[in-house]
Amino acid sequence: MKKVYAREEYCLGCKLCEVYCVTNHSQSKDIIKAYKLEEVTSRIIVETKGAVSFALQCRHCEGSPCVKACITGAMQKDEETGIVDYDEDKCVGCWTCIMACPFGAVKRDEFGNKVISKCDLCAEEGEPACVENCPNAALIFEDREVEEVC
Amino acid sequence: MDYVIIGNSAAGIGAVEGIRRVDREGKITIISDEEYSAYSRPLISYYLADKVTQEEMKYRPDEFYNQNNVDAKLGIKVTEVNEDDKKVLLEDDEEVTYDKLLVATGGAPFIPEMKGVNKENISNFIKLDDAKAIASDIKESEAEEVVILGAGLIGLKAAEALIKKGLKVTVVELADRVLSAILDKEAADLVQEHLEEAGINFILEDTIIEFLGDEKVTGVKLKSGQELDCDLAVVAVGVKPNVSIVKGTNVEVNRGLVVNDKLETNIDDIYAAGDVSEGYDMLHEMAGVIPIWPNAYNQGLVAGQNMAGSNESYREGFARNAIGFFDLSMITAGIINPATDEYEVLIDKVEEDKVYKKIVLKDGKIVGFIYLNDVDRAGILTGLIKEQKGVEDIKNQLLADDFGYIDFDKEWRTQKLAE
Repeated sequence: MKKVYAREEYCLGCKLCEVYCVTNHSQSKDIIKAYKLEEVTSRIIVETKGAVSFALQCRHCEGSPCVKACITGAMQKDEETGIVDYDEDKCVGCWTCIMACPFGAVKRDEFGNKVISKCDLCAEEGEPACVENCPNAALIFEDREVEEVC
Repeated sequence: MDYVIIGNSAAGIGAVEGIRRVDREGKITIISDEEYSAYSRPLISYYLADKVTQEEMKYRPDEFYNQNNVDAKLGIKVTEVNEDDKKVLLEDDEEVTYDKLLVATGGAPFIPEMKGVNKENISNFIKLDDAKAIASDIKESEAEEVVILGAGLIGLKAAEALIKKGLKVTVVELADRVLSAILDKEAADLVQEHLEEAGINFILEDTIIEFLGDEKVTGVKLKSGQELDCDLAVVAVGVKPNVSIVKGTNVEVNRGLVVNDKLETNIDDIYAAGDVSEGYDMLHEMAGVIPIWPNAYNQGLVAGQNMAGSNESYREGFARNAIGFFDLSMITAGIINPATDEYEVLIDKVEEDKVYKKIVLKDGKIVGFIYLNDVDRAGILTGLIKEQKGVEDIKNQLLADDFGYIDFDKEWRTQKLAE
């Protein structure tokens, strides 16, 4: 399946990927409104230390330990698309998926709601917003045809 | 191929999904003494606190059984397993034959000998029916005061829910701390303080020796001699593998049903998974019952695949829990109270924020951790435990606020993230 891959040698740690992730997951799809009027948690983690930085988001991995661990059935991996996504209404914020994800890619909602936030690959669009808007092409969306195991 | 699964919770559902990964055709019969479609057991405290409805507790959508072509016999007990004729007997005398059988009967509450424990308004807190019984007892008796025996995960989730219902809650615990199975003393003290602020009273290093009252419980007498009034009591001392179903067979039972990495028991074509089973604990390097939801699902999944002819192994068993009380979250895993000095312990504590982090290392590898009130990215550690990756070179980074993949050497990181 097509996934988002980081090319850390091109990443400046500018966090525009987070900005566009938030915007694309907002109701308004407007940067200012998304940040000022809505409560949207970015689904990306930008790691930075010294000169090194990269963005990291759900790997939509084959083993999906988050799906297997989910106590409510909220987290599911789509058999056809391979996308791991969650049902916000079924999530109770127990954080079992946070315990399970070896990438640390599942986040808590940053506004105190008992619900998680994670990458959905912008499933309804073509290319994920983070990839589309990275000024340095430090994120790419491609199919490497590898089946990783978690 | 005829598959029979006894038990309709995490392991049973995992097994259905495991079987169907391999075999779309075989007949699956799932039998449970509970009348409900599979639901999330950990949500019973949410249910009791009116946070979720029964409908919202469903672990799988309504169409699950149909879609997977499963004959669900719910609300009926299996009375006997006959390993020679490969059939199970139900309480209504129906017989169901199997080619492959999975025992996924979960845990049963452990109830110590206590005088008066059979009085009305005394419950366990494991199943949805327990939560329903407590809710109706509260309503009918207009209960105001509850005594809970046991300050483990179950007892404290019950306590939280009952505080939210407006009851006066006292928890009696024999140990010197709360959550002794998943926390060390430091973390337990922080959690206890938080729970006390939320209104729970604790009596530690004491236990109930008698439930007082005529038909209904009206109080308890403690070992110390103290007496407490209550109109409701919850016994949450522990859970033991629900092994009674295999009595009369030759299935090997230690604490649970003994299984190998393929989830096979010693008897051909009989498998076990979940809280009833005793598989391999990779951290203690010995057999152990690991009664937690993700373990049950994973074991069920592997058992199901193997029942359908695959050759999968499960060797990732170790204790791990994500839980929270009154917005204080914690994730803990593995060995958190090392008994000997072959372990190295890293600790970070910010008492005023109730933040406590502890990582336990052995031979340069992580074997356990506690993340209290700062659980973000805890799964990285879980992953490192599973992988048994050496972390000696990044030991000083492990507790840093910004600890992440960036701390690993580039080669490993790139390979991990490039998959």
